[in-house]
Amino acid sequence: MVEQVAQMIVHGEAWTIKDLFVLPNEYVYWSIQIVMYPYMTGLVAGAFVLSSLYHVFNVEKLKAIARYALVFSFALLPVAMMPLMLHLMQPLRGIHVLMTPHFTSAISAFGIVFMAYACIVAAEIWFVYRKFIVESIHRLEQKSNRSGLEKILLPIYKVISLGAMDLSSEALESDHKAVKFLAGLGIPVACFLHGYAGFIFGSVKANALWMTPLMPVIFICSAIVSGIALCILSYYIFMEMRKWAAKRGKNWLLPDALAQGGTAIPVEQLRSIQDHEVKMTSKYLLIFMTLAITLEVLDMIFRGYTAVKSWDALRMVIYEHDFMKIFVYQYGLGNFLPFLMLLLPGLTTRRAVIASILVLFGVFMMRWNVVIGGQAFSLTFAGFMEYHLPIIPHDIETFKEGLGGALSVIVTPFIIFYFLNMIFPAFMSDDEAH
Amino acid sequence: MKRRDFLKSTAVIVAGASVSLSALEFVDPKELLAANPQLRWGFLVDTHKCVGCGFCVKACKTENDIPFEANVTRTWVERYVIKTDGEVVMDCPKGARDGFTTKLLDQGASGNRLIPENEIAQAFFVPKLCNHCSTPACVQVCPVGATYQTADGTVLVDRTWCIGCGYCIMGCPYGVRFFHPVEHVADKCTFCYHRISKGGNTACAQACPFGARQIGNLKDPNDPVAQALMNQRVGVLRDEYGTKPNVYYIGLNKEVR
Amino acid sequence: MKNHVWRPLFVVIGVVIAILLFRAVYVPSDFGAQDRGYTFGYHRLSNEQEWKDYPGKYKGSDYCRECHDDKVEEVSSSQHEMIPCENCHGAAFDHPDDPEKLVIDRSRGLCIRCHTKLTMPSSGRNDIPGIDPTKHNVGEMCSECHNPHSPSLEDM
Repeated sequence: MVEQVAQMIVHGEAWTIKDLFVLPNEYVYWSIQIVMYPYMTGLVAGAFVLSSLYHVFNVEKLKAIARYALVFSFALLPVAMMPLMLHLMQPLRGIHVLMTPHFTSAISAFGIVFMAYACIVAAEIWFVYRKFIVESIHRLEQKSNRSGLEKILLPIYKVISLGAMDLSSEALESDHKAVKFLAGLGIPVACFLHGYAGFIFGSVKANALWMTPLMPVIFICSAIVSGIALCILSYYIFMEMRKWAAKRGKNWLLPDALAQGGTAIPVEQLRSIQDHEVKMTSKYLLIFMTLAITLEVLDMIFRGYTAVKSWDALRMVIYEHDFMKIFVYQYGLGNFLPFLMLLLPGLTTRRAVIASILVLFGVFMMRWNVVIGGQAFSLTFAGFMEYHLPIIPHDIETFKEGLGGALSVIVTPFIIFYFLNMIFPAFMSDDEAH
Repeated sequence: MKRRDFLKSTAVIVAGASVSLSALEFVDPKELLAANPQLRWGFLVDTHKCVGCGFCVKACKTENDIPFEANVTRTWVERYVIKTDGEVVMDCPKGARDGFTTKLLDQGASGNRLIPENEIAQAFFVPKLCNHCSTPACVQVCPVGATYQTADGTVLVDRTWCIGCGYCIMGCPYGVRFFHPVEHVADKCTFCYHRISKGGNTACAQACPFGARQIGNLKDPNDPVAQALMNQRVGVLRDEYGTKPNVYYIGLNKEVR
Repeated sequence: MKNHVWRPLFVVIGVVIAILLFRAVYVPSDFGAQDRGYTFGYHRLSNEQEWKDYPGKYKGSDYCRECHDDKVEEVSSSQHEMIPCENCHGAAFDHPDDPEKLVIDRSRGLCIRCHTKLTMPSSGRNDIPGIDPTKHNVGEMCSECHNPHSPSLEDM
């Protein structure tokens, strides 16, 4: 009996503070990991859409960042699943979503859409890098004294080449067509992947804040916004690191150079590519931001204007409990300020990067305000729940659903990208790839 | 006071209670009998009879192995105090597992609140449990088929299949679901399926000294619950969600959430 | 198009087949859409029986009467007749085999569930004789003065 009490955890009790009249079973069941989940899938979808702008619509100016965005989107992909696994009470049973999908549930689509999307991105990368893979195999095979890393890379390349060694111009041309097709196919799938993440919330009729058909559209727009912003930011950071590393010859900071045994692009060239790409991408960021903000504001106005039964409780949450989070952090710092920064003439790389950071923060706050804000009021509309993010974990649950879990979700894509960049160099010079 | 007297005085209260008629949901008897003579479990709560002793909550927790100390429960009792100025104050300390033993109303982080006696216009208790809805929102949103409805209308959770995503908890408009503190899967009232399917009574209804809770077969015209639904004015909770709940309330007030 | 273009697709088809094969082994054979259709009745059928077999704890007052008919008789003349035996004596489980003896709840907490005086007009609670547990013989057990089976002091 004592043992039973020791392992007894009421999920949600550790971080929920109830006020006034809240039903006994009500807690903030969906906490930080469910904030992270749409945020991460949003980044995946956004990064992919950015890469597709070049591949499908031939936006030549985005060429360099498009390849990077594609590989980074692939690195983000497994991470979109991570928050869900950390959130599940029975993570080992996560496979059930694929085994017995119940398609009347929005979550059940996750398994299948996610898999389909992963296949599309993987195939697209395969076609983009096939020439490079085959060339690498030839290069490494000819080399007599292979380094330790090269010894690992050669069999990897051999496996992922799938035996397709044909580098004739016809073969490369069909690669090119395949990329275009997959990138085109990927856009609706990416939008679906993220749109249904919005649908997960929008279809909960029990939740007055979530239930709106606009939710999937809002989620897609903010996804593209945050994905582009993250690409700008991370592209900038990686380029800065590369410039720094190229100057000093620190190869361990240039995993692709490390893997290829060659040197990177000269610093001056790096800088011009970086400035150009960041500024160009910022324009697309601005377009999607306009769309996202419009929809969010529309949703807010509509709720206030129609003012159904739940509005009294929602108003309390929006204008009182979460005022800072919604109007100052999300709309003010996260939307309005970066919007102005990007709009003002004479955009510099640094300003675009700072705006991107603010946009990322704003979209994160939007996810937070939707997920946590949606649970801030009781089903009775007569009580409120406050969420306190567990910062110092005292058991596995407060780690998983706390700051630690959230940070590991943020860090993982960069670790994956580091290794992925050895196999698929994302910063390859222009003439080598599509 | 004998039981008969108690019931009689309750009847007087029933007659005298100023219940807002517009808030009541009328049940069509024809609809009730349409699919005769099969089995469809339903539940009837008489809010006039409930005294807030919380024996139902205690019995439920024992019967279904929900740790007594855990702040989650399959059934609970709410107290409503309606003031003369119209303000409604509610509480439900620990799901009323120990009953209501103080005049102070538990207002969570806002502390306790005492309503002066002369400001109380009405006060009553409302027991709550899973509504075993005819179109359960919680079942619809389960991504893996771990929660489901049986032919007789009971909504159950397969503890070996639940992944613990919490979507059903979010999908329920009544807040009856929670994560089991020991099993770590979604949990909810089963109408004591193991008892009723052997001809028994639910633990909560059996523990109620006042007969405020009753389970019955809604498709049997001779069943006391089905008869009460036919002959009395009963209401259901939150029908605006379209879940078609099957827990009916006598003496439901519009203030009840 | 060159035939190498289809190779990723073959890999994908292979993965799908592998998942379907694993599924055939992993998912219980009785899993499927049952009586309530796919939307509300998609589940593992044998789970219904598992819930039916869940061990019960409360046996009901009739079960108590089988051996303790004298006690049931004793309480039947008092107002407490309406209270099921197990509310105070605890759930029977498999008594008298397991547990051999039930632990009776004699705490004040049990009695004041009903007998705390609350102002509850329009509720049955108003008609129950009540006390203020913070003032009424604090620290004493109720059963020291009141016989739970015949609680009225006038009757004693």
